Amino acid sequence: MVRAALAAALAVAAAGPASAADAAPPGASSCSGCHAVSGRDGAAVPAIHGRPAEEIAAAMLAYRRGEASPTVMDRIAKGFSEDEIRAIAAWIAAQR
Amino acid sequence: MTTATLGRRSVLAGAAAAAAVAHPAVAQGTRAKVVVVGGGFGGASCARALSREGLEVTLVEPEASFTTCPFSNAVIVGLRGMEAQRFGYDGVRRTGVVAVQTAATAVDAEARRVILAAGSTLPYDRLVLSPGIDLRFDALPGYDEHAAEVLPHAWKAGAQTLLLRRQLEAMEDGGTVVMAVPPNPYRCPPGPYERASLIAHYLKTRKPRSKLLVLDAKDAFSKQRLFESAWRALYPGLLEHVPLSAGGKVASVDPATRTLSTDFGDHRATVANVIPPQQAGRIAALAGVADRSGWCPIDPVSFESRLRPGIHVIGDAAIAGAMPKSAFAANAQAKVCAAAIAALLRGETPPEPRLINTCYSLVAPDYGISVAGVYRPANGLLADVEGAGGVSPLDAPPVVRALEATYAEDWFRTITEEVFG
Repeated sequence: MVRAALAAALAVAAAGPASAADAAPPGASSCSGCHAVSGRDGAAVPAIHGRPAEEIAAAMLAYRRGEASPTVMDRIAKGFSEDEIRAIAAWIAAQR
Repeated sequence: MTTATLGRRSVLAGAAAAAAVAHPAVAQGTRAKVVVVGGGFGGASCARALSREGLEVTLVEPEASFTTCPFSNAVIVGLRGMEAQRFGYDGVRRTGVVAVQTAATAVDAEARRVILAAGSTLPYDRLVLSPGIDLRFDALPGYDEHAAEVLPHAWKAGAQTLLLRRQLEAMEDGGTVVMAVPPNPYRCPPGPYERASLIAHYLKTRKPRSKLLVLDAKDAFSKQRLFESAWRALYPGLLEHVPLSAGGKVASVDPATRTLSTDFGDHRATVANVIPPQQAGRIAALAGVADRSGWCPIDPVSFESRLRPGIHVIGDAAIAGAMPKSAFAANAQAKVCAAAIAALLRGETPPEPRLINTCYSLVAPDYGISVAGVYRPANGLLADVEGAGGVSPLDAPPVVRALEATYAEDWFRTITEEVFG
C-alpha cells in the first residue's frame, strides 16, 4: 500500500514540474525586472545575479537602513526583514 | 527515523492522490499542460517561467509581435521610433513554449479547454489569462471605435500611438491639445501624467504658443506632487491640469467638432487624446472570470480566479489590490503565478509570495521620477508592506532626475529582454 503510494508519488514527481528546492524565496523573482540576469555592457542598473550572497545582502541591508544613496532600492529593501534579505541574496547569488 | 520516513511517505501519498484527482494528465505520466492566453508582459513572462518549470506550455496570441505601452509616450512626441516598441515571440519559443498565432474565443472551464478562433481546442490542466485591457466604448457618451479614429486614445500601443503622433505633428503652433483622463482603475496609473508632461515638452520645444489642457476625472493621482512640482518648473502657463473637483471630469465627447464636454463647459480641441474607462480583455468575461466591475478577482497567493477554479489571471486584468496595473507588476505576478502553478501541479500549497513594483515616468527626456512598492497577501488582496515603497524625493537635484531617466531606459531594455528573450 505504502509502496504503491510512493510509486505513484514518484511518478508524479517525474512527470510534473521540477522540485521546489530551487524555488525563489518571497520577493526574489521580482528582481530580474530591473537587474538583467545575463548582465549587459553599459547597464546603469547593476547585474546582481551570480554575485556573492554576502555582497548582495550587505547592499540590501545598507539600503534598508537608509545609508545608501536614494534610488528605488531604499524603498524596496524596507519591505523585507534581514532574514528575508539574506534568503533573497542567497538565491540571487545561485542564479546565472 | 522510521517515523519520519513514514511521515514523509504519507505526505507524498497524499500529494499524489490530490494531484491525481485534480490533474489527470499528470497522473497518466504525461507532462502537465498549461495554456497561457495573451502575449504581453504578463503572458509572455508567465509562459517562459512555466516552461522553465518543466511544464508543457502553449501561448495563444493573435499578433505576430507585441507593441509595448511603456515608452510609447516618447513615441507620440517623436523622441523614439515605433520599431523600438515591437517584440516578436522567437525568444519565447526558444524557451520551449509553443506559441500559436491565433485568438482564444472561448473557455470551457468544466472540460478544461480553450477554444481557438480556428475552431480547434487546447486542453489544459491549468489556464493563465493575461488579456490586458479592453477600452470601454460604452462608458463615455460619444466615444466609440469610430470616435477613436478622430480622438485617439493611444492607450493600446500601435496604430493609435502613431495616429496621435501624426495629429500633434500636423497641428499648427498656437493650437490647443486636450487630454481626457479616466477615473480609477485603469492601465498604468501615472501614464496619463507622463504623457501630459511629454506633450508639454513637445509643445514647449516645437510649438511654444500652444496649450495643453488635462481634464481629469480624479483629484488625486500617482506621483502627483512630483508631477505638479515638475510642471510648475518646466511648463508654466503651458500645461493646465483640471482635477475632478474643479470640473475636470469629461462627461461626453463630440468627434465631429473635437469637443470634450464637462458638466461645466465645452472644450474645443485642435488635437484631443481621450483615454476612456477600461475593463479586463474580452476573454476574461467569456471565461467567466470577470466580475461586475469588469475586472478579475483573484487569490493573491496563486492568482487563481475566485470565480473559476483552474484559471489564473495576471496583469492589468486582475484585481490585485494595492498593486498597480503596470508592466513591471504583470511580469512580477507572472513569475509568482508560474511558481504557484508548478507547486499546485506537484500537489503542494504555493508559498506566500512577496511582490515588487517599480515604475518610472519621464517628465522630460532627461527628467525621470519613480514609484516603488512591495506587496504581500492580506485580507484576500495584495496589500502594501508598511514602511516600504514610495516615490522619488521631492527635492532631488537634477542629477538624480537625469539618473532616473537613465534607469527608466535601462529598465525597459532589461524587462523586454526578460519577457521576450
